[in-house]
Amino acid sequence: MLPVIEAPSIDPSASLSINGALTASWLEAFLHDELVVRRGIPRAVLGLSGGIDSAVVAYLCARALGPRNVYAIRMPYKSSSSDSLRDAQAVIDALGIKSETIDISEPVDAYLKNVPDADARRRGNVMARMRMLVLFDQSAKLGALPIGTGNKTERLMGYFTWHADDTPPVNPIGDLFKTQVWALARELGVPMHVIDKPPSADLEANQTDEGDLGITYALADQILSLILLGYSDTGIVERGFAAPDVRLVRGRVDGTHWKRHLPTTAMVSGTAINEFYLRPVDF
Amino acid sequence: MVQFKPFKGNVPANIATLTEVFGQLASERAPQLIVLPEAALTGYFLEGAVFELAMSAARFAETLQTAWQSAAGSDGRTVDVACGFFENDGGTFYNSGMYVTLGGSQPRIVHVHRKMFLPTYGVFDEERFVSRGRHLGVFPSVFGTAAILICEDAWHAIMPTVAALKGARLLIVPSASPGRGLRADAELESVTRWKALLSTYASEHGLYVVYASLTGFEGGKGMSGSSCVISPSGAVVVAAPALGACILRVALDVAEVEVARATLPLLGDLAGVLPDLWFDEDLPLPKHRVESD
Repeated sequence: MLPVIEAPSIDPSASLSINGALTASWLEAFLHDELVVRRGIPRAVLGLSGGIDSAVVAYLCARALGPRNVYAIRMPYKSSSSDSLRDAQAVIDALGIKSETIDISEPVDAYLKNVPDADARRRGNVMARMRMLVLFDQSAKLGALPIGTGNKTERLMGYFTWHADDTPPVNPIGDLFKTQVWALARELGVPMHVIDKPPSADLEANQTDEGDLGITYALADQILSLILLGYSDTGIVERGFAAPDVRLVRGRVDGTHWKRHLPTTAMVSGTAINEFYLRPVDF
Repeated sequence: MVQFKPFKGNVPANIATLTEVFGQLASERAPQLIVLPEAALTGYFLEGAVFELAMSAARFAETLQTAWQSAAGSDGRTVDVACGFFENDGGTFYNSGMYVTLGGSQPRIVHVHRKMFLPTYGVFDEERFVSRGRHLGVFPSVFGTAAILICEDAWHAIMPTVAALKGARLLIVPSASPGRGLRADAELESVTRWKALLSTYASEHGLYVVYASLTGFEGGKGMSGSSCVISPSGAVVVAAPALGACILRVALDVAEVEVARATLPLLGDLAGVLPDLWFDEDLPLPKHRVESD
């Protein structure tokens, strides 16, 4: 009998593993190049929600620009969890970055009182767009560039408010799946209670991202990574995933391509912007 | 070798930086050859701006000459330079690499290689903006017969093979490689791939590889640096980090090429077997040149 050497079984989550130190240094260099070298704006402003995504971006900005050049804006609504404010403060204290708290309840309610029929989705979108209005105004006031905090999972699932969460011109974590953001957070030293708490948009009481999406991030990320590589639904199911989960994720991706683009513009010339007239964003 | 970090589209600023680099090199032990990356004076991802920034080979050589003379003086001190640029040949555009001797009364262009493998997939869109080179030539360099392969040219094993069969003992590889492939390892997957390919070419054919890459970010895409020189035995002689502009200085010993080829005569073996491979009836290759339309 000859000895048999078995190939190790394939762990579908292994492809999502990242080297935390390399990722952190790469994204730090990206922020420094984008803000300091290219745009000549050495200051950043971001909305700090108390969740993991904006915490990770705050850590990256502090590393790239120095804590004195990072402005964290907390923008609670009256129904926001007090835990969110507390967790955001923990990040501010740990990094020594500058901060301000701007309550959005009054301007949001000034609009919502005229539309009493607005459901939770509409109310959430109004809050998200108000936060972006505040962020860009603070940007102008502080001379600081707004930095985005959307991750790849929510971008692919369309789990964000269009022209709100996605508007900042620079985003260091938009090509990282949520599970990779968790890994990066551990590398950066984000407080553990921020890493471990269930992700939430915090637009309603007891809301969680995974409850809204109908699937865990761990599972969604593995399915998404296979979809992006071009695997068919059948091929993904053959790799051990449940067909309803694959359908759910595929449906979210296919239904939201428009959210990852600029508005559709009718082309009537041979010089249409971004169709014929092509210049890179950093030109 | 200069791992260069250009300002996108700002040719005057990049010439100023290059002039500073030339000045640093000229004031130290002046090198015989200075190698710069692909698209060094413009940045790589230009899209339609290729049409605005591409220049003729003659003008590019003059640009380098002016930079060298303003840095080193015009006392006739010469240096050879290899550098990538977007070439405008009377309205046809190429992603090219030039080998030129600077410092005399006028620059002497030794060779221009036009990139043959134009990546046009995923993040890349080269063939939309530039035309394909049609010839892989070799030329006399200060370190013996050399060839230039630009970026994806060097991702196809047949290219260094053909260059070596034509007599190349030195491969100059200007590159602009956006880093990608985060994983558990401590370097990007694309960087690992570069190192493995270049080391294999060097040791299989017994030649020096000089790999000069851009560094810095272009609209979110980080050029992965990691410039290096690989000896004819496949060993990395000197290497740069992925991030940050820097100069790599190395002494090439051309005798190493002969030692490597005598120790491992794979190139000679290939020359002997190649006709059998080439004229194999099962090989789907034309046996004479076919002009593409």
